[in-house]
Amino acid sequence: MIQVEGLSKKYARHVAVNNISFTVDKGDIVGFLGPNGAGKTTTMRILTCFLPPTEGKATVAGFDVFEQPLEVKKRIGYLPETPPLYPEMSVRDYLTFVANIKNLPSADVKRRTEEVMERCSVADVRDRLISKLSKGYRQRVGLAQAIIHNPDVLILDEPTSGLDPKQILETRELIHNLAGEHTIILSTHILPEVEAVCQKVIIINKGRVVATDSVDRLRHRTGEGAVQVQIDTDGAADKLAVHQRLEQVPGVSKVLEATGAAAEKNLIFEVDSLPGRSARADIARAVVQSGWNLLELKSLTYSLEEVFLELTGSQPQAPEEVASVESAK
Amino acid sequence: MRNTWTICRRELYSYFVSPIAWVLLAIFAVLSGAFTYLIGQSFVRAGFESQLSGQSMPMNVNEQVIAPLLSNIAVIGLFLIPLISMRLLAEEKRQGTIELLVTSPVHELEIILGKWLSAVLMYAALIAVFFLDISFFFFYGNPDIKPVLTGILGILLQGACLLALGTFVSSLTRNQIVAGAIGFALALLLWILSWTTSFGNSDTVQFLNYLSIVSHLDSFTRGVIDSKDVIYYCSMIFLGLFLTARSLESLRWRA
Repeated sequence: MIQVEGLSKKYARHVAVNNISFTVDKGDIVGFLGPNGAGKTTTMRILTCFLPPTEGKATVAGFDVFEQPLEVKKRIGYLPETPPLYPEMSVRDYLTFVANIKNLPSADVKRRTEEVMERCSVADVRDRLISKLSKGYRQRVGLAQAIIHNPDVLILDEPTSGLDPKQILETRELIHNLAGEHTIILSTHILPEVEAVCQKVIIINKGRVVATDSVDRLRHRTGEGAVQVQIDTDGAADKLAVHQRLEQVPGVSKVLEATGAAAEKNLIFEVDSLPGRSARADIARAVVQSGWNLLELKSLTYSLEEVFLELTGSQPQAPEEVASVESAK
Repeated sequence: MRNTWTICRRELYSYFVSPIAWVLLAIFAVLSGAFTYLIGQSFVRAGFESQLSGQSMPMNVNEQVIAPLLSNIAVIGLFLIPLISMRLLAEEKRQGTIELLVTSPVHELEIILGKWLSAVLMYAALIAVFFLDISFFFFYGNPDIKPVLTGILGILLQGACLLALGTFVSSLTRNQIVAGAIGFALALLLWILSWTTSFGNSDTVQFLNYLSIVSHLDSFTRGVIDSKDVIYYCSMIFLGLFLTARSLESLRWRA
């Protein structure tokens, strides 16, 4: 659905996007992940034909963004970082205007406007002025604006920024419901969001793609199967005995003693399993059967956060890219 | 064409839902009313004096009232036009709504034409108020309608051309005040160029006078549609809109 090949955007003094390539298949929800200023917004603006690329090629639904912008624009719904709203208009009038400007047939405008207002739960404020709406409502009107012409591709630039937790959940739910009919790219610098909503992640840093993978695989890249065991010392548990017992549990490959403040009071071990096995159930049984007090048994699966830091932290930094961090917006 | 009209309608909506349109209409109603009253009164007084003195002086409503009135209204227009055009694109850029327009399946030209057209219609609404004022002369006198109509056409053309330049100025900045100030300076400059005629009649002076926006209105107020003047106005409109298109395009390259 979306193909990007060797795309670059260079400004006079810095490079905002540097030779990135990726593809997005029909129906995917893709998270575009990166720290502030990584080039997310610039890439999205190129895809929506707002900015022309300096080099490279991008096609949306088979149409080149530079050669056939009108065809691309017909097929894209775009929610910029700040929703493009006219504060002096009422929600209904605004959406009617957008429906018209997106070339919806006149006969469908009214029906479709009502539909998206219901869908994005802004129907109850349809006659209010946008200037009087709260941030959450504005964001949802922005989303309604993006889907009003039923585009094949939805491009959402930080759709949940500035919302309160409840609104964030609602927005994610909404995006989730939109999947299937639309191919969605959403940018964010919030990792749990990607975990909650997306199937695929494109991690971008300083204008380059650092990783492209499915959310699950990315998470599994590091530390699947590692478990942290915490045991109460009151239960007459001897450090050495526990260590040995844990090593005998089937499926365990390595046992490490943890250090730190918490380890002073209780015994804490990090236990690695053999590849493809999880020894958690066996560990729990072994500890309990030995008569020790098991306080905690938690999976040490790395969060995307750690994966992300690992991937972006080790990037070599060319001098020209230092400036790009701030001005990619 | 439908897109142009959609954008134009939305723009008019914004004018009339915000105080801008009403403030402008109020200011214009007061000023044009005052001018109509003052000029009309001096004409009536001149009429009395000519009767008292016993000599019958040639009195003509068209030449002595309506023509100067039209020129005055055109000058009021110079002051109000930057207020109409300053928000057109500057406000879109400030609010970020320009991103909506540019990423919609709409040609840039349609956006610009829609914007400009709405400003011209807004200005026409002001002139409609003036038309009410002037219609009183038709109740109490018998002026020739033709110079009135051509005069109003001239005022509208002059306004349309200043609004095109104003649209361009508005596309340069995201600050309405800056757009308003530059637009006002431009209007003023094009007005005072006509004052150069007091410095003789050299080629330079004639050239500057041709560039001046008010010197082209005279023939219209006299009931004459001169192709030279129409061409001037049309080419200025084209220049303004062309520059706007270039400026919008460069915005995308510079971003």
